[in-house]
Amino acid sequence: MKITETVVKNIADLTQLTFNERELASFSTSMSDILELVEQMQQVDTTGVEPMSNPLDATQRLRKDAVTEENQRDTYQSIAPETEDGLYLVPKVIE
Amino acid sequence: MTLHERSIIEQLDDLNTGKYSAVELTRHYLDRIQQQEALNCYITVMEEKALATANAADTARAEGHNHLLGGIPIAHKDIFCTKGIKTSAGSKMLDSFIAPYDATVVARLAAAGVVTLGKTNMDEFAMGSSNETSFYGPVLNPWDPTRVPGGSSGGSAAAVAAGLCAAATGTDTGGSIRQPSAHCGITGLKPTYGRISRWGMIAFASSLDQAGPMARTAEDAALLLQVMSGSDSLDSTSLADPVPDYRADLSRSLEGLRIGLCEDFFATGLEADSEQVIQEAIAVFEQLGAKISRVALPHIAQSIPAYYVIAPAEASANLSRFDGIRFGYRCENPSNLEDLYRRSRSEGFGEEVKRRIMIGAFTLSTGYYDAYYRKAQQIRRLIKNDFQTAFEQVDILLGPTSPQPAFKLGEKTEDQVAMYLQDIYTIAGNLAGLPAMSIPAGFSSKLPVGVQLIGNYMQEGRILNAAHQFQQQTDWHLRSPGSVDVEAKG
Repeated sequence: MKITETVVKNIADLTQLTFNERELASFSTSMSDILELVEQMQQVDTTGVEPMSNPLDATQRLRKDAVTEENQRDTYQSIAPETEDGLYLVPKVIE
Repeated sequence: MTLHERSIIEQLDDLNTGKYSAVELTRHYLDRIQQQEALNCYITVMEEKALATANAADTARAEGHNHLLGGIPIAHKDIFCTKGIKTSAGSKMLDSFIAPYDATVVARLAAAGVVTLGKTNMDEFAMGSSNETSFYGPVLNPWDPTRVPGGSSGGSAAAVAAGLCAAATGTDTGGSIRQPSAHCGITGLKPTYGRISRWGMIAFASSLDQAGPMARTAEDAALLLQVMSGSDSLDSTSLADPVPDYRADLSRSLEGLRIGLCEDFFATGLEADSEQVIQEAIAVFEQLGAKISRVALPHIAQSIPAYYVIAPAEASANLSRFDGIRFGYRCENPSNLEDLYRRSRSEGFGEEVKRRIMIGAFTLSTGYYDAYYRKAQQIRRLIKNDFQTAFEQVDILLGPTSPQPAFKLGEKTEDQVAMYLQDIYTIAGNLAGLPAMSIPAGFSSKLPVGVQLIGNYMQEGRILNAAHQFQQQTDWHLRSPGSVDVEAKG
């Protein structure tokens, strides 16, 4: 499958990435190459095969809905790019 | 034999009999790390902390406390969170990230008394097969500094091979423990999916990621696996099965062991000298009493295509958390929230990581999900079924780890598909979730070649037993690059 620069731009919007003109061209080429490799899957008849998401077919374990963690806001905020009064700061979103 | 050429088992014996102290051993490795800095194995060296831990290990030993790995200096791949220590995952995105907690693997090894020397270099977010996608620059292969060490656990593999730690942790999503182990001539094991907790291990592709030990010998790997394994309430995919005594079975005879050779692994693409090494390894196993037969894995050729759908899809979801707000890289002077997200991600991630995020988002997008993601998951089951059929006939599978020995730095960086094909023999083990390891089996043009052993679910003990018996019969694992003078050569 050929991934055009327009498709690259659309996917970049979905993933919150920005590419310059040179990158758009190179991603268009490399993504097309990779999807060509991936296309080989279509040679296999998978009719009726149950998709597998866990190698041991394990399902999600549940635990009791009980508090086990202590509040560690100060620790976690010590590594944040910008905080104030215990809050994470981002650029103004509402004028 | 010098200190760094001794196995962990031998070092423990030396420490227990007082031949040298943990502080002396740690100092020895720290000096070597500094001498061989040009290899670029470490992102962070924890000198002060390492010496303090070593000192505590000496005190504990003197007081009669016998920790399983007391005073043994190891390194962690920089993908494992280490409390209070930078944990970068080889990315600019996490260059400033000081982990607020320890990964379960880190905590378990610490409780067993290891000394952590530092954090090893790796491909960015473990996405790569050559260590060249690291924000911190490539690691050089200690056997030939013009070549890659393999990846993504390239720093760990090169550090073990060069004697810059007694052993190291690694992670393996598509071959990232086994392939660099092969290229650096060491013993590396990827256990059954879920055998070791993934808590605190920065996620790449969650249904494939698995941690494992990288060491000088199979016996050392067994000892490390013992400590690293086990159920963890913090990882709901960790397996509840009890952890057996992996070392107890190492001495078992291989008489009658049924070894299957996967025919497709020996098809075109395998370098002739590497194949010769594998054939000689097969002959050793036959001398040890193993029965060799050929088995077919009909869907194995589809493992790379399926992997390059599943792994990027999971990566695109996992890496959406990096938004420049709570931790990690933030761009300068964002004009608004979207600009903050987009520039932080675009500036913080390297090219290969962006490519995988993009591929993943594309294959998961509306209209393409069934053709790509669902199809890949169906093929994943067919691959698992192939292995299950094979394991009805044989006990373990044997084949090459990599199509050829370590390639030159820069040789494959422009051709992603060529780079991806490097993992042709390792990826199926991840898709099926099986335990697999690489052990040194010889050389091709003076570069180490690894042989891969794959076991059935939870049969880590079986492949370790086979590997250990092979290592009792051969000395490939004892070869070391010696005093490769990186400055002079590089």
